[in-house]
Amino acid sequence: MSFDLIHFVSSAATTQATGKGEFTGAIATAAYLFACACFILALRWLSQPGTARKGNTIGQIGMLAAIVGALLQHHVIHYEWIFVGFAIGAAIGVPMAVFMPMTAVPQRTALSHAFGALAAALVGTGHYYLYKMDVLRPHPVEMGILCLEVLLGALTFTGSLMAFGKLQDLLPTRPMVYRGQILVNLSVLGAALVCSTLLTFNPQWTWLFPILLLLSLAFGVMLILPIGGGDMPTVIALLNGYAGLSACFMGFVLDNRLLIIAGALDGASGLILSIVMCKAMNRSFTNVLFGAFGQVKAGPAAQGEKKVAKPTTPEEAAGLLAAANSVIIIPGYGMAVAQAQHKVRELYDQLTRRGIDVKFAIHPVAGRMPGHMNVLLAEAEIPYDRLLEMEEINSEFPQCDVAMVIGANDVVNPAARHDKSSPIYGMPIIDADKAKTVMAIKRSMNPGFAGIDNELYTLDQTLMLFGDAKAVVAAVAKELGES
Amino acid sequence: MTAPMPDISSHLYVFLLAAFLGLEVIRRVSPLLHTPLMSLTNAISAISVVAAIELAGAGHGVFATTLGVIAVIAATTNIIGGFLITDRMLKMFKKRGGQK
Repeated sequence: MSFDLIHFVSSAATTQATGKGEFTGAIATAAYLFACACFILALRWLSQPGTARKGNTIGQIGMLAAIVGALLQHHVIHYEWIFVGFAIGAAIGVPMAVFMPMTAVPQRTALSHAFGALAAALVGTGHYYLYKMDVLRPHPVEMGILCLEVLLGALTFTGSLMAFGKLQDLLPTRPMVYRGQILVNLSVLGAALVCSTLLTFNPQWTWLFPILLLLSLAFGVMLILPIGGGDMPTVIALLNGYAGLSACFMGFVLDNRLLIIAGALDGASGLILSIVMCKAMNRSFTNVLFGAFGQVKAGPAAQGEKKVAKPTTPEEAAGLLAAANSVIIIPGYGMAVAQAQHKVRELYDQLTRRGIDVKFAIHPVAGRMPGHMNVLLAEAEIPYDRLLEMEEINSEFPQCDVAMVIGANDVVNPAARHDKSSPIYGMPIIDADKAKTVMAIKRSMNPGFAGIDNELYTLDQTLMLFGDAKAVVAAVAKELGES
Repeated sequence: MTAPMPDISSHLYVFLLAAFLGLEVIRRVSPLLHTPLMSLTNAISAISVVAAIELAGAGHGVFATTLGVIAVIAATTNIIGGFLITDRMLKMFKKRGGQK
């Protein structure tokens, strides 16, 4: 944009110096266009498991084309440091992808959102300090977008790092709340927006730029402080969208349509996933947008007489399962924590070997990120046509002999249907309580993240299996194997 | 002197079309694949590597080059990590084979 004048002069010189002419420029443009098409196809093919890997491959081809295109840009004249950057990035990225256990996918995703946002914030910052304020000031529109890019990039960077810390258990997973938190958070965001506005119309105030950066970084931390572990799926989806939007803004500033399109696609995915997660938790979208979520409302004290849960043994559970015709397994975060997915596969094998129909009921917010349970069960080589979404499977529970809850809690709490005082009232749940027999594997009777009692555990048809999910499932599978 | 108003409107058209296209395409993605979707879009949004390359390689001095190179590192980590982990995940999704 405003660089055109300077670039025009300098590119004339560099074109001769590097031998890059109009021809390479045209190739670069074509490469960017090609990359856009590849990215759209990649997402199109990702929609079904059958074509998904093809989608991933075309995405890689697109990215390669884009990188070649960027290297061919006429004002790119030094390559040594770029290749050093590629080498270091590969040295970090390859081990992260190859050796990472599947249970760590949520934290890796959070970390990669942080990296993506960092890149956007750094490019924006670098670009700002390149303006020659005494010669040619950027137009307010351009400067405003640049400020938004830096603000969004910086807050997503620290916010994603915080999410990573919580998911990796480096930070307490409990929501960290204090009085007046929303007010403090909004003031910091407000101050950052004021800085952005001032810079938009006075881009020459270079002293203000670091303040904007610091405020944005601080806001990212404060935004995630009050978020509890159970809200992580929504937060990760939201940060995904933010990272995309900051790349998009970068495209506006740099006059680069490839960035706009790729950023918009990423932003759209973040938006859709956030909406899906919100619906699955019965939260409003505005609620999430302003980060005023994740606060544990003090649940009312258990009313009436305390019902007692009936504990059972793996032997008895195995006997009941062996006599069933249909079994639906409902996995939750507890299965991921205990890394029980491979034992669940053994149980699945034992049951299907006996001709029992086994299905899995997946709640959209089960686990710590969208689709978390599906990936873990797929890792354990459970066929994906056995994994059913909540809406698909809920009608089957009345005909189901045994519903087995493995490490899930709030997503099967019937209080969501009728108890208006419950914090999770209105949240769509999996109808495990409608099955003829319910078995729930749980470490103890401690309530779930929302801090509320689960009446499913005290129903007449419910049997509790206390213990670590992995150990209990293994014991049940062993019993089935021996009988 | 202030630079002229950038050509924002044609960019907005591009953004609008891409956003609606993205919403339509991504709405169809099976919830089964929401985790791979997120890691793939993450890799795609590392397209900021393009801007990082242009910042790192244009010979703008030590400060801009340093920021650019760090951005190249961060974006490359996402590209390589993102595509590899997506492929690792997608490889695991199998239909029931050999059984009735």
